[in-house]
Amino acid sequence: MLDINKIRQDFPILKRQVNGKPLVYFDNAATSQTPQQVIDVIVDYYSNYNANIHRGVHALSQEATDKYEEARLTIQHHFNAEKAHEIIFTSGTTHSINLVANGFATLLQKDDELIVSALEHHSNIVPWQMLCEKTGAILKVIPMTLEGELDMDAYSKLLSNKTKLVFVNHISNALGTINPIKSIIDQAHKVGAAVLIDGAQACPHIKPDVQALDADFYVTSAHKICGPTGIGMLYGKEAWLNKMQPYQGGGEMIDQVTFEKTTYAGLPHKFEAGTPNICGGIAFGAALDYMNAIGFDAIADYEHELLDYGTKQLEAIDGLKIYGTSKNKTSVISFNLEGIHPYDVGTLLDKMGIAVRTGHHCAQPIMAFYKIPGTVRASFAFYNTKSEIDALVEGVKKAKMMLS
Amino acid sequence: MQTIKEIQDEIIDEFSMFEDWEERYQYMIDLGKSLPLIAPEYKTESNIIKGCQSKVWVHAELNDDQIEFTADSDAIITKGIIAILIRVFSNQHPKDILDANTDFIDEIGLKEHLSPTRANGLVSMIKQIKMYAIAYQTQLN
Repeated sequence: MLDINKIRQDFPILKRQVNGKPLVYFDNAATSQTPQQVIDVIVDYYSNYNANIHRGVHALSQEATDKYEEARLTIQHHFNAEKAHEIIFTSGTTHSINLVANGFATLLQKDDELIVSALEHHSNIVPWQMLCEKTGAILKVIPMTLEGELDMDAYSKLLSNKTKLVFVNHISNALGTINPIKSIIDQAHKVGAAVLIDGAQACPHIKPDVQALDADFYVTSAHKICGPTGIGMLYGKEAWLNKMQPYQGGGEMIDQVTFEKTTYAGLPHKFEAGTPNICGGIAFGAALDYMNAIGFDAIADYEHELLDYGTKQLEAIDGLKIYGTSKNKTSVISFNLEGIHPYDVGTLLDKMGIAVRTGHHCAQPIMAFYKIPGTVRASFAFYNTKSEIDALVEGVKKAKMMLS
Repeated sequence: MQTIKEIQDEIIDEFSMFEDWEERYQYMIDLGKSLPLIAPEYKTESNIIKGCQSKVWVHAELNDDQIEFTADSDAIITKGIIAILIRVFSNQHPKDILDANTDFIDEIGLKEHLSPTRANGLVSMIKQIKMYAIAYQTQLN
């Protein structure tokens, strides 16, 4: 059992008011809030040991380097990667995906096939389209069902020895569906294709084990997991990372530089050109420590309780339709009121101090599938409460009354 | 005929009577519902202003030396604000439209809706209104 009152004390932002009302923060799928423990680490870094890493002989540089590399180990252990250098620090999920897409440019040939799912957000579509334009590879799409699940029969049929890469999110950002990634990975491996899992929406709820999953790549952002923005990671199997070209050139990623030829540094530095987000990396580690101290099993149980409660309460509102009704989903409720634009609902909820996301959630293909302009999305975190859900339900009822 | 400034002052006056956000928003929602719809033939792809959140359609016509605007949106609150903008800018001379500003929006407590980052199409709509004014002004000269 989580002590929610105690947990809420960790998050200073939850005490503030918005538009004169206590903040109800239900936009966790966009970004999570930051606990004091992580804020303290950020303040400590800039107050006590801010320095550039890996290249200084002085004490501060050594301290900063040690903490940064400790964070890499924390991340390695959290995701159960075999080797620390399989963890590459990036600016976030989008950067990680672009890094892999770029790295595959020299590994693909014309008419090779890539498979994407219909449930992706734009970050896991556009970089691959750009890769296809560059290489002449072809993009295939796993279709989705009305419940917001992937059509796995169709997926099996799409796979062939032409398939080189498959990329799917662990959990859909727009609908909350948990995808059967283990089966997706196993099937792809049978035809020799590599798989990238976009874990941005999964990591706040689940502790992924990249070795058990046998994922070739797993990417995520720290800011969805109580960490700061602008930092994330790419897990890649060593063999793949060695095959891939570096993404950016610069300092830190080199072995030797002459004007005739530069040789690259080994992993992970080959992919970490320039001065990284040092403080962010250290805070990312602290955020994982914070979440692990609470425990992902307890978090998942509690969030499920919130999801069930919220679904039941919202469903009871006449004319409210929930999108994404898979039995296997996380604490995300995407919905619309009949005949009412999601933007209007979101605007009125904001006036009541309730933060939700409205719009297409950067997943236009999903909205096109349902033939809607967007949805209202309420996403719950472990620091939310049932009484906040009650406030949302009252707010939606009020918005409906005002707009009908 | 009322000048743009007179209409703006009148709107500020009307909004000053509302006691809280609910009354203000209910008024805009009702305005949105009463906005005369754009003629279907003008609800075209070329008249659309795409915001990330809501879509806006604007059509302009020159009658004598005044521009008549009609508009629509798929979101009702956006439509309510459009109704206010149309009341201010429609049936005015292009030069007066070009000289006018939209500061009154701040005074009636709707500033957030005209933020360029709001992505509801309204900022682009005002730009579009001004563009039409420039175009017709050139035509009149």
